[in-house]
Amino acid sequence: MNRLSMLVVAGCAVAVVSAACGGAKPVTAPTPVANADSIAAAERARNDSIEAARQDSIRRAQEDNERVNRQRSADSLAAIQRTTEEVRAMLATMIHFDFDRATLRGEDTQALDDKIKVLQANPNVHIRISGHCDERGSDEYNLALGNRRATAAKQYLVSHGIDASRIETVSYGEERPLAQGHDESAWSQNRRAEFEITAGGDALTKP
Amino acid sequence: MRFAILAACLVTRLAAQDTSAIDRGVRIGIIYRPGVRPGIVVLPGRPAALDSIRAIISRDLDFSDRFEEITLPGSDSLRISTRPLAPRAGTRGPTGGGAQTLGPNYPLYQALGADFAVDVAATGDTTVVTVHDVAAAAVRRSLRVRLPPVKDPGFRLAVHRLSDQVVQGALGAAGIAATRVLFVLEGKVYRIDQDGAEMTLVSSSDKEAMSPAWSTDGRRFSYMEFWAGHGELFLQDMAPGKRAPVFSTGKALDFTPAFSPDGKTLAFSRATEEGTDIYTVNVKDNCCLQRLTVGKFSDNLSPTYSPDGQRIAFVSTRPGLPQVYVMAADGTDQQLFAPFDYGVTGSSNAPEWSPDGQSVAFHRDVGGTLQVFVLDVRTRTVRQLTSVGRNEDPTWAPDSRHLAFVSDRAGYRQLWIIDLETGRIRPLLQRSGARLPSWSPRLPEGTAVNP
Repeated sequence: MNRLSMLVVAGCAVAVVSAACGGAKPVTAPTPVANADSIAAAERARNDSIEAARQDSIRRAQEDNERVNRQRSADSLAAIQRTTEEVRAMLATMIHFDFDRATLRGEDTQALDDKIKVLQANPNVHIRISGHCDERGSDEYNLALGNRRATAAKQYLVSHGIDASRIETVSYGEERPLAQGHDESAWSQNRRAEFEITAGGDALTKP
Repeated sequence: MRFAILAACLVTRLAAQDTSAIDRGVRIGIIYRPGVRPGIVVLPGRPAALDSIRAIISRDLDFSDRFEEITLPGSDSLRISTRPLAPRAGTRGPTGGGAQTLGPNYPLYQALGADFAVDVAATGDTTVVTVHDVAAAAVRRSLRVRLPPVKDPGFRLAVHRLSDQVVQGALGAAGIAATRVLFVLEGKVYRIDQDGAEMTLVSSSDKEAMSPAWSTDGRRFSYMEFWAGHGELFLQDMAPGKRAPVFSTGKALDFTPAFSPDGKTLAFSRATEEGTDIYTVNVKDNCCLQRLTVGKFSDNLSPTYSPDGQRIAFVSTRPGLPQVYVMAADGTDQQLFAPFDYGVTGSSNAPEWSPDGQSVAFHRDVGGTLQVFVLDVRTRTVRQLTSVGRNEDPTWAPDSRHLAFVSDRAGYRQLWIIDLETGRIRPLLQRSGARLPSWSPRLPEGTAVNP
């Protein structure tokens, strides 16, 4: 308390001395004169920050928007992809044959009927059917046999209304075995027809 | 001994049997018929630089299956090969060179059982091969040839030609030493000399290849490649290795090419949605696609020309299972060729007409595995040639007595050679997966250059 009053006294003393020493220019009041430039600058800065904040919020909104959109489209892409994969798998399901035979088995009818639905739902899809054989037959004869198998599968699809020009057939004989073994379990897997999309398979519709 | 030679000339086709046990070497599976085949000895001698030539000739003579080859024990060989030149009138020395003053020791060769003795010598850069007639104690044939250097790609083939001249000189028969076999291994076409040397890749792309086939002049070959789901046929020159697609091919599945004997026409199988049928195309003028068979409900494939070019044997599934049929080269007069029992005989495939026109080799399913058969064209009777393991895709040597084929008799599928007259079987190479062999004709000069 005592120290504070001392400071106040000292302050007054200083003020008196300085006023007394002022002499020629007596300052009436120390009113601060504002600099016009700094006012403008401050104003600008204020405006800038407002603008920045605005931009920021817009950007954030946009980003949010984009993220949502991205997610949404990703979700739908994934959905399309899932469907496409699913449909592709339906189309790619192999069918199998008896030894030295090219006649379709009853158990493969469902798989072939699925393919017909897929091809009807996706009119731009073109496919290639490849016929394959097991290693027991003659190497060169198996090219002819594989050709019969691919053709048998195609004829089934065409007879159910699929345009023949959308289906290409090919035979690989015994040249591309799926199973490498030398027993019936390998052979039965290798006596097959494979279905492969050659065009229009980017986004498939589920039948 | 002369009777033996005579007998060899008169010998009819002995019923060759597949007698071999599993064999990895060369000698097992031979049916020795002493007295039937003349004895021959390749004389050792100087300089040692000629030993590689002696070894090749010796092996060629052995693989010709026309001689009983007599091998001399190594250490004593030099001494027994020569003796002081007897002053025989009318007999030229083996070399004509002044370096050797020793002549052939005919009594010794005779004692060893040799009817012929083959001497390899050199004068300057010329190699001199002398074929001695032991019983007559005289020179039968003297061959002088300037061989390419040992490292030259044409060296071995040039020596093989010498071997064939020795066979010609001794027996008057054409040999098969200067021949090669094309085959498929891991989707690529390779060629190999008939003695198993110089296996060389000849495929020029990374595509899967099948069914190589020689032209009758031995200068080029055709084969099939898988291209984007189709089978395309190519013609490739042996010498520079250049190739070109066959006219009209590549839009369907074309396979099993076969040259006509005049080399102008290529017959092949074409698989379409109608089935598989045989077509021909003119490969000289790249034109004139012709369809020879119209199967509709059966497949027709694997054509092979008779050596006179008049007929084509092929496989047809018209009886239900594939069997061997024959037709005129223009597609007319189609009829069964190799007889079979309906419902009993298994599938028959891969026919190849022999160069002498008398036989067609093919393979047939016997109890679930494949065996090589030979059809006698004149009598239309078939006989089974193999019985050990699975044996398929036979191809004739130009002498029409040897066949190369695929067999798994040693545990894995690879190429083997059988001599129909002696029944001897030897492996051509020791590589698992070698298949679809095609034996060349006798290779003319100028095909030795490597691609």
